[in-house]
Amino acid sequence: MPDLWAWAAGRLPAPTLWALLGVLGTLAAATLAGAVLAGRGRAPADLLPRLRSWWVMALLLAAALLAGRMAAVVLFGAVSYLALKEYLTLAPSRRADRRLLLLVYLAVPLQYALVARAWYGMFVLLVPVYLFLALPALMALAGETRGFLRAAGTLHWGAMISVFALSHAAFLLVLPESAGLADTARSAAGGSGLLLTLLILTGLNDVAQYVSGRLFGRVRVAPRVSPNKTVAGLLGGLAATAAGAALLAPLLTPFPAGPAALLGLLIGGAGFLGDLSVSAIKRDAGVKDTGTLLPGHGGMLDRVDSLVFTAPLFLHAARYLYF
Amino acid sequence: MIAARLGLLSATAPALRPSFRRLLDGLGDRLARLGAPLHALPRLAFAALVVRPVLLFAVGLNVRGREHLPRRGPAILAPNHNSHLDALALASLYPLAELPGVVAAGAADYFFRNAPTAWLARHVLGAVPVARGAVRGSDPLAACSAALAEGRVLIFFPEGSRGEPERMQPVRSGLARLAAAHPEAPVVPVYLRNFGRVLPRGDWLPVPVVCDVVIGRPLPAGLPAPALKAAYAAAMAELAAEAGRAAEWD
Repeated sequence: MPDLWAWAAGRLPAPTLWALLGVLGTLAAATLAGAVLAGRGRAPADLLPRLRSWWVMALLLAAALLAGRMAAVVLFGAVSYLALKEYLTLAPSRRADRRLLLLVYLAVPLQYALVARAWYGMFVLLVPVYLFLALPALMALAGETRGFLRAAGTLHWGAMISVFALSHAAFLLVLPESAGLADTARSAAGGSGLLLTLLILTGLNDVAQYVSGRLFGRVRVAPRVSPNKTVAGLLGGLAATAAGAALLAPLLTPFPAGPAALLGLLIGGAGFLGDLSVSAIKRDAGVKDTGTLLPGHGGMLDRVDSLVFTAPLFLHAARYLYF
Repeated sequence: MIAARLGLLSATAPALRPSFRRLLDGLGDRLARLGAPLHALPRLAFAALVVRPVLLFAVGLNVRGREHLPRRGPAILAPNHNSHLDALALASLYPLAELPGVVAAGAADYFFRNAPTAWLARHVLGAVPVARGAVRGSDPLAACSAALAEGRVLIFFPEGSRGEPERMQPVRSGLARLAAAHPEAPVVPVYLRNFGRVLPRGDWLPVPVVCDVVIGRPLPAGLPAPALKAAYAAAMAELAAEAGRAAEWD
């Protein structure tokens, strides 16, 4: 055991390791509680598959972080690829743009290569500017004008949410390096601490919103988009995430408790809006889930819908305040 | 007998003396028994190293109604047809060890147009020929019938050739004729969606899109041809509805 800890401590900062252990411990407690509830026949039907999917995600993340930065970047690249594939499956497209879908897919390895190189300037330009210009240019050269605007918009939107926005989570790993600093210059947990804080707070917000919505929810925020989003859910998520951020962020990030609570509110609000936006896409496409990859959650895009909004805001907050 | 089926002896055998023929027959049988896995190797390798990884990473199958998939033949899987991937994807639902028991009907004038393509079709893709454009006096479905008689699962496209992506074409007469000739083989309707977006007719570059495979209950046995066509069309409409709404435009 001490050998294992020494090995892990050689690969990741100690606060990050403790946070990972905390996540796995919380999952173990939730699984135990779920098993007890299921034994009494009182567990919601999707609780156990949902927990199993959380286990897979948490263990994959822990393994990737321990294996090194490159492995973690590749893992997030795979998440982006799967989310993009689900998006391009449910979004309509023109036959004439078939080859362009491959260009959008190509944005995944390019964007994550920029993450691995910690090249922030190009990281924020590639998809919003260069892909944005390349798509309509190639479409115009191909010559099909029918439905041009909606096709260009639909393709670029997919790249923006599944590639650009999500890659901000992975960029947290290299944020200190991109600012020319040593990994642990600003906080003992370094880039991996920032990433874990984002993921834990976004997940906490999702769960707190769900639980508080189920317990107290009555007034719906956007009944035409999603019947499950209630004011009580939103407020419960905001409160839990602000409290969680005030406790966690000072240990894992440069944020002291006060600003961290505000950061929690930001993540709570952004997560809610991300969830709602992806729900609107699903409603538009006439599907309930974006896929079947993660039993209990739906598809990859269902799982990362809130992260699409929280990752860029968290990165910007951390970058402009501390890096 | 196996040797005869493999066509090892068909040309020379009749001219040989009976004793010699028995010897050759025994040798052929033993060779065939030894050679059977070897024979299946190109197709297994192609499935394991190319088809299945592509389906797993680049496509992603969303399979519903897997419990209706016939475990063993004789049986007819009757999917709609939009892509060269259709038959490969359906065959991939079977474990590799059972792959030799699954064959797909392919147009003789396309897949079997010359010796090299015929070899590839038969030994790499697992196809059996269907003669399009009837020749009087010959059964265009002879190879399909033989596969069913050998107890294989036959993937048979009732629409004939691949249509426009994601549009069903009228069902032709082959399915009803095969079903009538093989009452022991259940006809299982399968609805495939999005394969025409991944790899449509006239394109060679696949684009990753998640594909649906919805397998239905076997159609009732012993239906006359018009009733079978109607039952197939109704079953396919139901399976398409189960697959949910398709992404529109074109």
